[in-house]
Amino acid sequence: MSQATLRVQKISGHAGSVPGEGTQREYTVCKLIDTTTCIGCKACEVACMEWNDLPFGETIFGNTYQTMPETRWNYWNLILFNEHEREDGTLMWLMRKNQCMHCAEPGCLAACPADGAIIQYTNGIVDFQQDKCIGCGYCITGCPFNIPKFNPETKRVFKCTLCTDRVSEGLEPACIKSCPTGCLHFGSKDDMKELAERRAKQLREHFNFPNAGVYDPPGVGGTGVVYVLHDATQPEIYGGLPKDPHIPWTVKLWKGPLKWLGNAAMIGGLIGLFVHYLRYGPKDRDEEVKTPHEGAQP
Amino acid sequence: MSTPDQVLPHGRILRYTFRERLTHWAAAFSYIYLLLTGLAFWSPWLFWLAVLLGGAPVSRMLHPWAGLVFIGAVLYMYGMWAGQMRTTETDKAWWHSLHYYITNQDEKMPPAGRYNAGQKLLFWGFFLCGLLLLLTGVILWFPEYIPWNLRILRYIAVFLHASAALLTIGLFMIHIYMSVFAERGAFGSVIRGDVSEDFAKRYHPGWYNEVVGSSTPRK
Repeated sequence: MSQATLRVQKISGHAGSVPGEGTQREYTVCKLIDTTTCIGCKACEVACMEWNDLPFGETIFGNTYQTMPETRWNYWNLILFNEHEREDGTLMWLMRKNQCMHCAEPGCLAACPADGAIIQYTNGIVDFQQDKCIGCGYCITGCPFNIPKFNPETKRVFKCTLCTDRVSEGLEPACIKSCPTGCLHFGSKDDMKELAERRAKQLREHFNFPNAGVYDPPGVGGTGVVYVLHDATQPEIYGGLPKDPHIPWTVKLWKGPLKWLGNAAMIGGLIGLFVHYLRYGPKDRDEEVKTPHEGAQP
Repeated sequence: MSTPDQVLPHGRILRYTFRERLTHWAAAFSYIYLLLTGLAFWSPWLFWLAVLLGGAPVSRMLHPWAGLVFIGAVLYMYGMWAGQMRTTETDKAWWHSLHYYITNQDEKMPPAGRYNAGQKLLFWGFFLCGLLLLLTGVILWFPEYIPWNLRILRYIAVFLHASAALLTIGLFMIHIYMSVFAERGAFGSVIRGDVSEDFAKRYHPGWYNEVVGSSTPRK
C-alpha cells in the first residue's frame, strides 16, 4: 500500500504525467538472493507472513519440501525446491526463493487499466494499491514471472510489496531480516550487483561452477531482485525461472501500436462522418429542396 | 418473407416486427454499456467513463454479464436474419456502386432488398466479432483460472478482444450515422416498426416490390 514518504515514478492507467516525477533522486533498492547458500529453511516465508499479517493457508503434502506449488494471493514468498540431475549423474538440490521481481519495466503496470492501482516508486519498488484495483486481472497477463495472484473473495490482486512499509522507514524487508545463512542481502542496486558478481566470480574460480552468474534479466529492464545462480545459463532449472523474460509481445502490441491505431481510427472516423454530413447531409435532402418548408418565402 | 400484413394503413409499411425490435434494443443497450465500460478500460483518458457508470470495479464486474446479454441477442438475430443476410448478385453490384451510395446518389444504386450489402456487412461483422469477443472475453473474465502453461491464451485474448472491439466500433459508428442521420425514418422504424412508402422505395426498392407486389395496398 502507498507510503507518503516514497516518491512515485510510474503509475498504471494514468492519463498525463506522474505528479512529482523526477523531483527527487533515490537509490534503486534491490534484493540479492544467493541460491548457492540457501538452505531452504523457509524462515523468509514465515517472516513474510508474520510481517504482512497474512493468514495461514492450506498446504499440500507430496512427500517433498514443496508444500505449495506456487505463490498465492496471501502467500507472497515461496521457496521452490528442485532436484536437478547434473550431466555427470550427480544430484543437486536447487532452492530458489520466489517472489515479485520488481521489474524496472513492469509488465503488470503496463497492462493495468486502473488509474494508480499499480505504482512504481522512485526506489524501484512495484506496489499494488488494492483500494484502486478493479480486479480485471490484466496484471496477471502482463507479468512474465507468474506473480500477481487473484483473491476471488475480494476480487483484488496481491503480491510481494518488497515490504514498502519497512523500506520507507529505512529497514530491510522482513525476508532479508530473517535469513539465517546470509544468502539474502538488501541494499542499493549497484551495491547488490557488485556483491552478486563477486560471489559469482568466486563460484566460478573456486567452487567449480564454471557457469555461475547473476540473474538480472535485461528483457524487463533489469529487476529489483537479482539471483546468484550456480548455472546462469539454465535459469529454468530453478523452478522455471524464465531465461529471457519480457512483457508478452501481444501486451506490448495491444498497449502500443493497437492503441494508437485504434484511437486514430476512432477519432478519424468521428471527424470523417461529421464532415460527410456537412458535405452531403441526409440522403433524402432532395425532398426538402423539391418542397420548401412552410416558413420559406415564395 | 412478405405478407399482406406488412402493408399498413396511411402508406406505411411494416419493416421490423416487435420481436426484431426488441432483440435489436437488447443488443443495442448491452452494446452501449459494453462500449462505454470497454473504452474506460481501453484508455486512461476515458477511465472516467467507468467512474461515471458506478465505479471501475462495478464496471469490471458487469461488463462480462452485459457481454452475455449482447451475445445472446446477436445469436438470436442470427436465427432471425441469417437467411436474409446471404450475399446476392445485387450485393456485389452494390459494392461496386459504393461511391454513389456515399455521395447520396441513391437512384444510381442497384435495387437493394430488405437489407442492402452494407447492412449485411454490419450483421456479419457484428456476428463474427461477437463470437470472437465471447471466446476471448471468457478468458479475460477468469484470467486466474488459466493455468500458467496455457498463458498464451491470455496473451492472445487481450490483443484479440481489443482488436475485435475496435472493428465493431467502426461498424457501430457507421450504423448510428446511417440510421440516425443519413436515412431519415430508419431510427423510427426500429422503434415503431414501420417506414413510409417513400423510404421503402428509396432505400430498399427490391424489398418494396416484394412486399407491395404480393398484396393489395389498403388505403
